[in-house]
Formats: sequence, structure tokens, C-alpha cells
Amino acid sequence: MATYTSYPPKGYRVRMSTYWWLGRWPYLKFILREISSVFVAWFVIETLLQINALIDGPEAWLEMQDFFTNPIVIALNVISLFFVVFHAITWFNLAPKAMAVRVGGKRVPGILIAGPQYVAWVIVSAAVAWLLLHG
Amino acid sequence: MAEQIALEVTRFSPERDKTPSIQSFDVPLRKEWVVLDALNYVKDKVDGSLSFRWSCRMGVCGSCGMMVNGEPKLTCATFLTDYAPGPVRVEPLKNFPVRRDLIVEITDFLEKLSKVKPWLIRDKEKAPSEGEYLQSPEQLETFRQYSMCINCLLCYAACPVYGLDPLFAGPAALALAQRYNMDSRDEGKSERLDILSQHDGIWGCTFVGDCTQVCPKHVDPAGAIQQYKLTATQEWVKSLLMPWGGK
Amino acid sequence: MHKRSNEPFVWLLFSAGGVVAALLIPIHLFLFGVAFPLGWLNAPSYDSVLALAGSPIGRAYLFVLCMLPLFHWAHRFRYTLYDGLQIKHLDELVNTLCYGGAIVGTIIAGYLIWRIP
Repeated sequence: MATYTSYPPKGYRVRMSTYWWLGRWPYLKFILREISSVFVAWFVIETLLQINALIDGPEAWLEMQDFFTNPIVIALNVISLFFVVFHAITWFNLAPKAMAVRVGGKRVPGILIAGPQYVAWVIVSAAVAWLLLHG
Repeated sequence: MAEQIALEVTRFSPERDKTPSIQSFDVPLRKEWVVLDALNYVKDKVDGSLSFRWSCRMGVCGSCGMMVNGEPKLTCATFLTDYAPGPVRVEPLKNFPVRRDLIVEITDFLEKLSKVKPWLIRDKEKAPSEGEYLQSPEQLETFRQYSMCINCLLCYAACPVYGLDPLFAGPAALALAQRYNMDSRDEGKSERLDILSQHDGIWGCTFVGDCTQVCPKHVDPAGAIQQYKLTATQEWVKSLLMPWGGK
Repeated sequence: MHKRSNEPFVWLLFSAGGVVAALLIPIHLFLFGVAFPLGWLNAPSYDSVLALAGSPIGRAYLFVLCMLPLFHWAHRFRYTLYDGLQIKHLDELVNTLCYGGAIVGTIIAGYLIWRIP
């Protein structure tokens, strides 16, 4: 026999699972995008290690270059590269959403805001590469 | 085409049940039927106690939002045949307390909606004898998109931040605040900024962007929120550089 | 009335860091992490790297390259901890670890860059 309560409870709630982000692909993409920040931080750590080696002299610099050829380090850096590129692409593509630029009363299409960033990306990358390879 | 499709529906009676359960019904699979038609078929012919909200059945009232196979949808705009051979799982809208069957408690949203002051705020009201407030089509265009919201709450079901932190104002409330901020007749930007520039206002949003994906009216609440983050930041910098500037 | 949050400050740092990370880190990571170690391209000599890094512009560039992405990480990771591990109630601890970590990293970066011969 059902027991009836005088005041029905205000609603049944479930606590969100810690793995909520595995439930749907958009959520997983979001978490991967956020995790990319960890690989960004890893790059900064690597850079600081390199600067440290630079200070310690040519032998230390060579040792550092050896460290970078370690297969585990290379694997880690390849993974980091994927995440950092993923960050760049999602960042450039989301920028138009955050800026409602209007020219003559009409909203500028997103590609005109994302596009120049990609161009800048290529130019800046080429400049850095040129400096390091020929400078 | 098969004759029937299985409809798995959440059942929950707070007087009787401790937790919700799933009940399966076989409904006709008609090519012009939407999920709402299937639910009404069950209520008419099979089990009259099945409870759910609906009204206009044409995607403008925002009443019939539910989870269909894990995605927030308007059941009046979701065709059964898209899920053939089935089963189709219909559950109450995520991130809201369940009152009964497919009905959720939306009081929290209604409170948040009024919190953002979704009305024209003016320092000085114009007397009716002075005529109307004039607004050009270009001025209307800046906020028209945000005015299309039908309060269907699909965006709240999609937003993981709202699910994790019920204090978060949420996509629809923030988009509506932007609708009034961008309205040329409104003078309440500053007043709303105090409310929105809180941790449970715009700053809780991490730009997952799913709210914009599920919105049936293409309101783009994610865009509205990010644009407002820029505005709030500009105001913050201004107040830092010119603290003597009055409101 | 409520006091307006100071979140815009960290959000600005996050955004600036995001731009720097997006524009500069891919090429740096590709060259130093993949192309040079695998021998696809000739790595620059110690002297040429020292010349670039030791110049005033080079030092400023390196500082920006290290500092801003760290604050980008701090802000994003803070929210990932909130959303992922649901520990928003520990927000003081999370904020200290994240932004504190970024500040410590920035100080280390500044010190190392200053010590470049």
C-alpha cells in the first residue's frame, strides 16, 4: 500500500556524475580544449629548462638537446603539439563569437574575423622559424 | 516502414516512488508524427496518468522541452522517424528537479530571469504625449536575435555549468539581459552590470557553447555571454583608469 | 548593490595568454620539440640562440612567451577543476594553486631571463 505524504517533495534531483563530460561528444571536445592548457604549461616548463641550459653554457645546451631526443620526451611533445594546435584552432574559431562587429548595420561574417588570425598565425610562425633557422 | 516504435518514458510519482523508472510503450510509427504526438497517443489510448507539458505544438511556446535520446529537444519539433527503428527514450529536461514523470521544476529559472531586470530601464520616462521611442531597423538588428528566446530551457539542460552549479544565472537569462542592454531605448546597462558581473553571473560561463547548439530559435546565448564578458571587462578597465567617473 | 567582481583582470590575462599560446607556441613546439630533435631541420647553434635570447627584444619576447601562457593555463585549469572534479567549494585552495603557480613560474622566468649572459 503506498504511503502518501502531505506535501510532495519539491522534486527529484540527481547529482551530476564526475564523468558527465564523457556523455556527449560536444562535452568531450570542450574538456579536451580545456586540457590543452596543461600542455601549454608544459611548453613553458620546457622553455624554462632550455633557458636554464642556455645560462649554464654550451655543454649544458647540448645535454638539453639530447634530452629532447629521448623517445618519451618526443612522444610527449608530439601529443603536446596536437593539443596546442587544437587550442589555436578552437581559439581562432571562437573569437568571432565573442565579438559582434558590425559594419554598416550588418554583422561581419565570422570567417572575416577568424581568417585574419589564421593569416597572422602563418606569418608569425614563418618569422619565428626564419629567425631560428637563419638568424 | 515498421508499424510501431518503442517509446521509453520516465515515470515518477513523488507520492509513490523514491526514484524515477522507465516504462516502455509501443506507439504507431507514422511518418508525420513527432515525439509529442507519440506522448499524446500514450496519454489518450494507453495510460492517462502520463504527465508532460505542451501547448502550441509548433515550436513557439517553449513548453515541451524534454531529453530525447539524451539530447535536449522540443518534442513538438522532433520527428519519430528520425529515431527509427528505435527505441526512443524520453526523459525530463536535465539539470532541473523532476516533479512528476516528464515535468520539471522551473522556479529557479523564473527567479533568475527576473533577477537580470529584463525590462527597459530609463533614467527618465518619456510621457506618452511626447510620442514613441524611435528605433531604426539597424538599432533593432543589434538585439533582435536575443529577443527570439522562447524560454524553452533546452540551453539550461545543455549547460554543464548550470548542472554543476545551480547558482549560475544560465544562458537564457544572460542572453535576455543582453537583449535589453543592446536595446537603444534602454538606459540600464550600468544597473545590470552590477548584477551580471558576479561569479554566478557571466563569469561562471566557460564557453562550452552547447547552449547555442541546442537552441531551437538560434538565439546564440553563448555569443551573447562572451560579448558581455568583453563589455564587462571594458567597463572594469574604465573604472580602474577613471575611478572618479560617475555611473 | 553587489560589488562588481574583479574577474575581468584574470580574464584579460587568460585571453592575452590564449592569443600568445595560439600564435607562438605551435611553431616553437614543432621546432624544438619535434623538428630539431628528429633532425628534420638543422637546430640553431648555441651561439645563435644565445644571441637571439640575450638581446633586449629577445628577453622581452621570452618573458611574454612564458608569463602569459602560464596565466592562461592557471585560469583555464582552475575552471577545469571546478567543472571536472566539482571542487568549487575548495575555490580558495584552487585559486591559490593555479594563480600562485603562475606567479611562481613568472618569477622563475623573469629570474632566468635576467641571468641569460
